[in-house]
Amino acid sequence: MLKILKYSFFDLIRSRWSYVYLIFYFLLSVVLLFLNPSLSKAILTLMNVIILLVPLIGTIFGVMYYYNSKEFTELLLALPIKRSSIFLGQFFGVAISLSLSLILGLGIPFIIYGIFNSTAILEFSLLILLGTFLSFIFSGISYYIALSNENRIKGFGFAILVWLFMAVIYDGIFLIALNMFSDYPLDKFALIASLSNPIDLSRVMMLLKLDISALLGYTGALFKNFFGSNMGSIIAFCILVIWTVFPILALKIKSAKKDF
Amino acid sequence: MIEIIDLHKNFGKNEVLKGIDLTIDSKGVFAILGPNGSGKTTLIKSILGMVLPTSGEIKINGSSIKKNWEYRKSIDYLPQIANFPANLRVKELFKMIKDLRKCPDYDETPYVKRLGLEPHLDKRLSNLSGGTKQKVNLTLTFLFDSPFIILDEPTTGLDPAALIILREMIQEEKDKGKIILVTSHIMNFVEEISDEIVFLLEGKVYFRGSGDDLKEETNQPSLEMAIANLLKETEYA
Amino acid sequence: MYKKTQLIILIGFLIPFFSMATTIEVCQNCEINRIAKAIELAKEGDTILVKKGTYQETGLTIDKPLTLKTEEGAIIDGQNQGEIILITSDGVTIDGFEIINVGSSHLEDYSAVRIRRSEQFLIQNLIVRNPFFAIYLEKSKNGIVRNNKIYGNAKSEFNSGNGIQLWYSHENLIENNEVLQMRDGIYFEFSNHNTINNNISQNNVRYGLHFMFSHNDLIKGNSYINNGAGIAIMFSKHMKMHHNTFQDNWGSAAYGVLLKEAVDAEITHNTFQRNTTAINVEGSTRINYKHNDFISNGWAINSRGANYKNIFTKNNFLNNSFDLAYKGGMNNNSFNGNYWSDYNGYDLNRDGIGDVPYRPVKLFSHLVHKSPEAIILLRSMFIDIVDFSEKVSPVFTPDKLIDESPSMKMITHD
Repeated sequence: MLKILKYSFFDLIRSRWSYVYLIFYFLLSVVLLFLNPSLSKAILTLMNVIILLVPLIGTIFGVMYYYNSKEFTELLLALPIKRSSIFLGQFFGVAISLSLSLILGLGIPFIIYGIFNSTAILEFSLLILLGTFLSFIFSGISYYIALSNENRIKGFGFAILVWLFMAVIYDGIFLIALNMFSDYPLDKFALIASLSNPIDLSRVMMLLKLDISALLGYTGALFKNFFGSNMGSIIAFCILVIWTVFPILALKIKSAKKDF
Repeated sequence: MIEIIDLHKNFGKNEVLKGIDLTIDSKGVFAILGPNGSGKTTLIKSILGMVLPTSGEIKINGSSIKKNWEYRKSIDYLPQIANFPANLRVKELFKMIKDLRKCPDYDETPYVKRLGLEPHLDKRLSNLSGGTKQKVNLTLTFLFDSPFIILDEPTTGLDPAALIILREMIQEEKDKGKIILVTSHIMNFVEEISDEIVFLLEGKVYFRGSGDDLKEETNQPSLEMAIANLLKETEYA
Repeated sequence: MYKKTQLIILIGFLIPFFSMATTIEVCQNCEINRIAKAIELAKEGDTILVKKGTYQETGLTIDKPLTLKTEEGAIIDGQNQGEIILITSDGVTIDGFEIINVGSSHLEDYSAVRIRRSEQFLIQNLIVRNPFFAIYLEKSKNGIVRNNKIYGNAKSEFNSGNGIQLWYSHENLIENNEVLQMRDGIYFEFSNHNTINNNISQNNVRYGLHFMFSHNDLIKGNSYINNGAGIAIMFSKHMKMHHNTFQDNWGSAAYGVLLKEAVDAEITHNTFQRNTTAINVEGSTRINYKHNDFISNGWAINSRGANYKNIFTKNNFLNNSFDLAYKGGMNNNSFNGNYWSDYNGYDLNRDGIGDVPYRPVKLFSHLVHKSPEAIILLRSMFIDIVDFSEKVSPVFTPDKLIDESPSMKMITHD
């Protein structure tokens, strides 16, 4: 698997899109740091972008990489290599190169700016960590979708739909549900609903570092107790890990059963 | 030795292989022929483990290939359409496949020279013509000197000179005592190289024997005519 | 006879003169080893100097002008019996004691020091620990309460008292005090023309500073940290609040400033940082909000309705989750000329004023009002889309509620 990972990774690292992605983050951070006098504000804006874009780009890269390397994958399948190694290797190649673009693209400007000597280092680290999680989760999901759909357009459409659902529609339904049942106690529902979606969960974890006053103020004891405690953070991270592992397992099972 | 026992494969409702029994235990070139959709590619892919059979069994040198991948070390495969990572150079591709097959010591230079690939070694694969790609593909197939070789449409895109080299190469491998499976639509090519013909029809082995047997049976002067006759016959049957 | 009368008059004149020079020492091995006894012996204008040690005293009543002080941090222990010091005379000074164990009661507001119907008092440098009430001014005038530290251990509103309380007391100076963990840090009822200067109120369960029916008070340079609410002003007129800091007042009912039925107040040059709600205002009229900084609050302004003719101008609104929540009609309230960090308009004529108006109310704040749990969707893409569409064509938010002349740059306060 490591060999496949290595080749996929270097293949991607050399592709134009990795550079575009890297440079995009680089420029974004530079512009934000340049425009915003406060580091926290820059991180807040960055959070908005990351929560939105990282899953989208992860989705697109996952699908594209699968379809683009499909014939080569078939060549690999005829070689004496374990099947799951091929797909897991390719997936990790995509996920790691995406994460690396993110980490370098954001990291370099912030390090030059002096993040290590700043109080915002914790927020920034969390942002990078969540971005990496989201890269893995969404490239995993979309890679799985591509693997399950021979038709490119169908696969691409479906993957984008999943992203759209997670990023926007889910919250819409969530909000409508909150409004419809506003006569009932909803704090548990809201907590579970926000834990279940990795984008929402990442956003909430970030908000707890940045916008804590509004969040803790208005949502009552349950949120405060949950997210304020160590246990809450541990659970939140466990859920992110589950979200990361789940597509990988699905990928493994699907790849073992598929005809090429 | 390749043994195929009662092999079935369905893609959804579509039954592609309907019980293939085939044993190949002698060296030589075996041409797998048949009309479009007769199951040639599915059969080859089943042998390679890319397609998982619905039922039946395939054994290579006596052991089942199910849930096994190491047997592929003894197979060289030339796929029908070869697409390589676009950003890779030809040289790097050779190195990579050797690395992936864990045979870094094999030397591709004789094949590169023979097929005239030297000027292309530093080019990116995305910049190669179809024929050149096929030559790269051929190099990769013959390089590893495995006891089984499977060639899916090896003539695609090749110019006459390269075609002659290909024929020579197949002959050489045959002389080494290998089992070679070939599919092709070029009947002249098949006639020249093959020792035996396996004719698939609607997911079953319809005919197996030498080219001469087939010509005799159908009373046709050439293999091409014999196959055409065969197809016509089945159409009206 | 005549001479005798003359002598008496003379002595009468001299008594204050002599007695000023008199200092009565109290220590545990002295002849006078109780403060109560010293007060009893003291003449008007005497100084009682208490040496180091713990004195178990309760119900000390000072009914003549005296100075009661310690230079060595003597401790007065009330043994939870009830009130400790009651002042009923003008011109009393209490200085430097540590006062502990005030009794608590459901019927009476026992306090460490109570000043009743007196003037010209000076209460300073006290440390009061775990009192029910600490310093209580009752119908008293022209006094000074300064440099006191009051450490309570209040946990709920019901069983706790206030740090410094003024009741019908006017023209006092409350300065440099520190009040921690009481019910209200400092409480004013029917008390006018007082000056509240440089105090720190922290961790109080209800309000840092609380006014009821009090007018014309000046509140300046105080810090209110992590209280239920920093300042609550209710039913009060002509209050002035300058240069105060309100910070980290968190919780579902936590405010930097809570205004209810306040009229003609001036709120300027204050800093509001990381409060759940910086200013919560209801039923208030003609209040000028000027040169304040609202930084990283949940809500900067929560206008709960029935507010008339209020003016918000030259304030900085920086990184608040919501700049404004608004209920009710426009009622001549004005929001022009502020700096909003969320503003992203342009300034073509380069006069420093944005060419397009700013809308400080977001639809999302209405949604959160309806179902508070929706706050968890803060800064999600869906909410951004909702807010954007509301911005483009307002349906739910009052369309006249705009800043016509938003500043392009942060406002520097003079």
